[in-house]
Amino acid sequence: MEIGLVHYLSVAAVLFGLGLLTVMTRKNSVGILLGVELILNAAALNFIAFEHFVVGDVGGQIFTVFIIVLAAAEAAIALAIVLSVYRNFRSIMADRMTTLKN
Amino acid sequence: MPPISSLLFVVLAGLALGSAGVVAFSRNIIHSALALLGTFLGVAGMYITLSADFLGATQVLVYVGGTLTLILFAVMLTARIEDMKVSNPTQGLGAGIGLVTVVLLLLGKTAATTAWTLNVQPDNPSTAKLGHAFLTTYLLPFEVGSIVLLAAMIGAVVLARRAVKRDWEKE
Repeated sequence: MEIGLVHYLSVAAVLFGLGLLTVMTRKNSVGILLGVELILNAAALNFIAFEHFVVGDVGGQIFTVFIIVLAAAEAAIALAIVLSVYRNFRSIMADRMTTLKN
Repeated sequence: MPPISSLLFVVLAGLALGSAGVVAFSRNIIHSALALLGTFLGVAGMYITLSADFLGATQVLVYVGGTLTLILFAVMLTARIEDMKVSNPTQGLGAGIGLVTVVLLLLGKTAATTAWTLNVQPDNPSTAKLGHAFLTTYLLPFEVGSIVLLAAMIGAVVLARRAVKRDWEKE
């Protein structure tokens, strides 16, 4: 069996689905962040697969480099925010951060 | 006997998806964070099979060496070590699975029914082409990316810093 575009797209789709599930169901803020990383990886895999099988320039790889750069920046900022929240709430569960409610 | 490339793809996809399953369903946040390592390695291997060798190396260096370490630091710094229950509770799993199933069906239908005009590239290393593209056509986005990283670094320091006032500042 020859591995083609559809196989890579399916892997990326399942990866995206698992990431989406993680983001939607986790209460722990760091867990939610892990889900975001899964989603970003799935998107990057799609870019590379389309570049290899359809488009054929380096545009997909350029996009993926930027995805990796922005994911690193996002992780650094998000973890700084998580530390700050932990200092104020003594917990990083997303359902406890209800200061703005009511 | 299937060809070695198909076998490799199955192994890499299994590694990536199995670890992603642990990330999504594990009850322990440390297990989830460490399972992300398997996903990153599997995706890096798939980059290499798609002749994006530079990105495979970058994925391992940046994600495994940087992001994952950062996430583990955050877990260690925010979990109370004494109660040893580094929990990772879930909520609304049923509704989540239902919604994700709908999304996956939609994505699968789109991927399977669209007539992609295939133009498969030969398996050549692409690092040199990528470097030339970054230093000619994509020079400005490249530099903007550096500035974003610098700003994120400063922002993270400012956010995570503990605002301690020294005695002589209080007067």
